[in-house]
Amino acid sequence: MIIRGDEPEQLRLIRKLYKPGNYFLQGNEAVAYGALFAGCRFYAGYPITPSSEIAETMARELPKLGGYYLQMEDEIASIAAMVGASWTGLKVMTATAGPGFSLMQENLGYAVMTETPLVLVDVQRSGPSTGQATKGAQGDFFQARWGTHGDHPIVAVSPISGQDAFWETIRAFNIAERLRTPVVVLFDGVLAHTRELIKIPDVDEVEITYRKLPQNEEEAKLPFGDPHGDGVPPMPLFGHGYFTHVTGSTHKENGLRDVYTPEVHDRLVRRIHKKIEGNREVYEKYEEHFTDDAEILVVSWGVTARPALGAVLKAREEGIKAGLFVPKTVHPFPGERMRELGKRVRAILVPEMNLGQMILEVQRFVNDDVLLKGVNKIGGVPLTVEEILREIRGVA
Amino acid sequence: MAKEIYSTYPMVKYLRKEALPTALCPGCGGGTVLNAFANAVDQLKLDPKDLVVVSGIGCSAWIASPYFLADTLHTTHGRAIAFATGVKVGLPDKKVVVISGDGDLASIGGNHLIHAARRNIDITVILVNNFIYGMTGGQVAPTTPFGAKTTTSPYRNIEHPLNVSETVAAAGASYVARWTTAHVYQLIESIKKALQVKGFSLVEVVSQCPVQFGRRNKMKEPAEMLRWFLKNSVPISKAKKMSPEELEGKFVIGEFVNRQRPEFTEELNKLIDEVQEQFGLKEV
Repeated sequence: MIIRGDEPEQLRLIRKLYKPGNYFLQGNEAVAYGALFAGCRFYAGYPITPSSEIAETMARELPKLGGYYLQMEDEIASIAAMVGASWTGLKVMTATAGPGFSLMQENLGYAVMTETPLVLVDVQRSGPSTGQATKGAQGDFFQARWGTHGDHPIVAVSPISGQDAFWETIRAFNIAERLRTPVVVLFDGVLAHTRELIKIPDVDEVEITYRKLPQNEEEAKLPFGDPHGDGVPPMPLFGHGYFTHVTGSTHKENGLRDVYTPEVHDRLVRRIHKKIEGNREVYEKYEEHFTDDAEILVVSWGVTARPALGAVLKAREEGIKAGLFVPKTVHPFPGERMRELGKRVRAILVPEMNLGQMILEVQRFVNDDVLLKGVNKIGGVPLTVEEILREIRGVA
Repeated sequence: MAKEIYSTYPMVKYLRKEALPTALCPGCGGGTVLNAFANAVDQLKLDPKDLVVVSGIGCSAWIASPYFLADTLHTTHGRAIAFATGVKVGLPDKKVVVISGDGDLASIGGNHLIHAARRNIDITVILVNNFIYGMTGGQVAPTTPFGAKTTTSPYRNIEHPLNVSETVAAAGASYVARWTTAHVYQLIESIKKALQVKGFSLVEVVSQCPVQFGRRNKMKEPAEMLRWFLKNSVPISKAKKMSPEELEGKFVIGEFVNRQRPEFTEELNKLIDEVQEQFGLKEV
């Protein structure tokens, strides 16, 4: 029983096809190559702007690696097919944008409940509804967190550049495999379509994780148990004679449905939460610049983190003690670090391409005596260094 | 008592005993469908280890999942075929079977049904058509006969039912057949054929729901519903000579199509071979 994508043959193909070096790529292409390096060999999707180049790149490259590209009839079918394929041992991905992400939410919840590893890239565009279909935005911060129903944990990562998108996509796969859970990549239309220099590494420089498989019959009989105490059950793949039963309904450790016993639901849902909350070291990641002596802290994520860094650098040139905190995993939010930083600064600015979403997470972890202010811009055009700098000067 | 029944029922080896007894109502056609499926598997001498059974939501989704002892995937409402598509691509050598109801597969799941048929992916779908949403309390379905009463068409149904088999045949499936639960032997033969056909196959089973449908339409007893099926079933050969007026309210039974078309997973893997050849990626 193997997870396909890690065989020497696959590594040989990657090495042969993608020579290490510098390339001039779109952010979307960087996501696709990241996925291929991470071992993704199944992509099911439905084209939607501004994510389509991810599908196009996968359609072109996957067959070379012996992988499967499926263009499904809609987004719901796409994530459904991914779940089916993941249970056969394939590493799977899809990419979409706001409206498609909305359609995927029900089965995203299914993947959480059935503990199915998958990677879902949401190339955010402005909304609500069709909005500005071709423009970037950061409006899906909470759709990633609360889009599906019920009590559920979610892990979401957010790259800040094309190069970062390559590595963060790989990291998303590793988190998904390690914790047997869906992982959302919150990308955006601006970076998706920006072409920049992207360094493709040698395949040996890429660390790859694979999901835990049952070591014996006993573990295989408990596809939703917790034999290792870390909350992550080994995954008995389909086709190996284990007669595994998988359902989105509340189920016991052996997979069989039990929706009537309160304790069964409580035990299952709490464990699914615990395996995310209790394994922060697997996914928690943030970047810091000049936070040691900062008096004014800029907290930013995704595409906006780059002009934010530009603004902080310029502010430093002007003698303003500004710093930058960038959560790279945005859900679960790095709240403890945010709390520590919040105690040390006078003012916090949160620039985002929305009318204020991540700022609500920041607010949960800072005291009232800190000046907290959003720097918000919508309309599909990213925030500039000047716009953020002006706000820093305003609170300096 | 129950134990004795199970121990003398020869198909019990195919059932997940810890999940029994079933949740189906007395008189439900679901048991007949499960029995027919188990018999088809038995007669073909298929190893259940080579089967993956997928279902959606509703009474009929329960027929094989959890009761059939194989890898089973019980999915969200309407999406069983889409989930099964991923399974089949990952395990092209296994038999992937979808068993679910008309509300699940033909209503909310209608899009997946026609596109899987168009793609001609090698999945066998057993669609249990009982004209009603059973589990949610007997509401009108896209298969409810014109004029029939349900909890959401309390006066009469003014919508025309979807002819599922004809739709799927037109969409491009390799094999389509329709029987009723009163035609068990024909049903088993069709399921066997469907399992062996390389391509998308659909077996529509017109099935009784005395509790939610029959009760509101003057057929409270399961046997009354079976008699209704027998009386109104018309073999497809005969139906071809009948006018639409004559066919109103009849169940056309038999094989709608049985043909060979390129199958999706085979074509997908063929394409991969060609591409790898073209780019010189084959191991020499």
